[in-house]
Amino acid sequence: MTNLYGPVSDWQNDFDHADPSYNENIHEIWNDLLENKKCPVAHTARYGGTWLPLTHEYVHEIAYDTEHFTSRSVVVSRLKPSQMEIPPPPAPIGNAPPISSDPPFHHEARRLLLPAFAPKKIEPWEDEVRQICNELIDNMGDAEFVDAAIQYAQHIPVMVIARMLGLPLEDSDKFRGWVHLVLESVNEEPEKRRKKFEEFEAYLSYHVQDHIENPRDDLITYLLNAEIMGNKLMPEHVRGTIVLLLIAGIDTTWSGIGSSLWHLATNSVDRRRLVENPGLRPTAVEEFLRAYAPVTMARLVKEDYDFHGCPMKAEDWVLLPFPAANRDPSVFEEADKVIIDREENRHAAFGLGIHRCVGSNLARLEMNVAIDVFLERFPDFELNTSEEVKWSVGQVRGPRSLPVRVLARR
Amino acid sequence: MRMDDAPMCSFLSVSRTLQVMRVRVDTAKCQGHNRCYALAPELFDVDDYGNAHELNDGVVPAGLEDKARLALANCPEYAISIEE
Repeated sequence: MTNLYGPVSDWQNDFDHADPSYNENIHEIWNDLLENKKCPVAHTARYGGTWLPLTHEYVHEIAYDTEHFTSRSVVVSRLKPSQMEIPPPPAPIGNAPPISSDPPFHHEARRLLLPAFAPKKIEPWEDEVRQICNELIDNMGDAEFVDAAIQYAQHIPVMVIARMLGLPLEDSDKFRGWVHLVLESVNEEPEKRRKKFEEFEAYLSYHVQDHIENPRDDLITYLLNAEIMGNKLMPEHVRGTIVLLLIAGIDTTWSGIGSSLWHLATNSVDRRRLVENPGLRPTAVEEFLRAYAPVTMARLVKEDYDFHGCPMKAEDWVLLPFPAANRDPSVFEEADKVIIDREENRHAAFGLGIHRCVGSNLARLEMNVAIDVFLERFPDFELNTSEEVKWSVGQVRGPRSLPVRVLARR
Repeated sequence: MRMDDAPMCSFLSVSRTLQVMRVRVDTAKCQGHNRCYALAPELFDVDDYGNAHELNDGVVPAGLEDKARLALANCPEYAISIEE
């Protein structure tokens, strides 16, 4: 991937979260940065100025502070909203409500979605997720070498969210292409990206129109009929929320499943313990969520603001690395170690405060079932070291290619 | 009940009250992470929006004290408290 900003040599003063080496070496980079105790906030002039706070305390503080930080744009990109030819709708709504919304509008937009993703609405999906996972394993036949990201993890969330939204399952390659566009291609030429965004918009418009003409029992129809304070949602709101559910519903869980399987492929003791003791698996999944949390969010600084001595300027980006907060030794004992029976685990993998991931119950279900089925069907497997593990680039971290060798199957 | 049992009964009930453990969800802090309901469904439930509340006025039945502490220790928003 081309990085127009060039390679990084100083992670404290010129970091780049979308440089491929960031996600590849993320834990070493954070540890090095945190040794500089005086200011646990890295900075870069890239993307027009971006900050990276690394402690749980600071990440928590910013996540709760909607007075100084806005969610108008949550993906750090080369262009800030004020520089875009067609800027995203201003706060409090933003381009993908409610993730891009601020209070008080945020509360209404979120309340609309919460019931669809509440625990008791998500639990009944378990059988379907289990069937999807088993079919993916069946499709691998008796191959000794498989790719647990490409042949397994990447498909599971796509199939579920496409069904929930009411979009064709056969378009899943397109969805993954748009995930790459929104989250990974952030430092590519804006002009090149704009064309792809237009294709994405056209696809959404087509399917929204189709749902207007042919209503059915799915989330797109639900959004078209929903009201906020007595008014139907604006078309931009409907499209923005579909974008949110599609993008955020796919690569996050794909990354979570992939990172968990990467851990198990590289830690045979943990793998064996979970094969022998299925009751431990949900606790282990929480630990994988803590140690390999996929999602780093972002905010924009509203007005010039001195944050613990960091002179933040209006419209600077601030990354919210929940995965780094999850490894803060002042909150988690032996934070750097993956302890699959860790009982006390207040991890922030799904964020903190009013923007807690709306799909967290679905993500947890998918992760638990995906790990469960993989271990049941492949009780023994290891990393295939003759091929390379490839990590994603940007704010969502997980393996995009995870070659494993299957040593036992059922 | 005979009248002369009354003082003893009331003493027992006071001492029981003192020993009772109660859990509380601060609904202003709860963001619906759903950890308490997943770990201790005997003590917590969630509403249609996924937000948690304590069951049975928060009274923790004997034997479930560890589950209550587990729920407290797993809430990312520090929304659960325990009174003993």
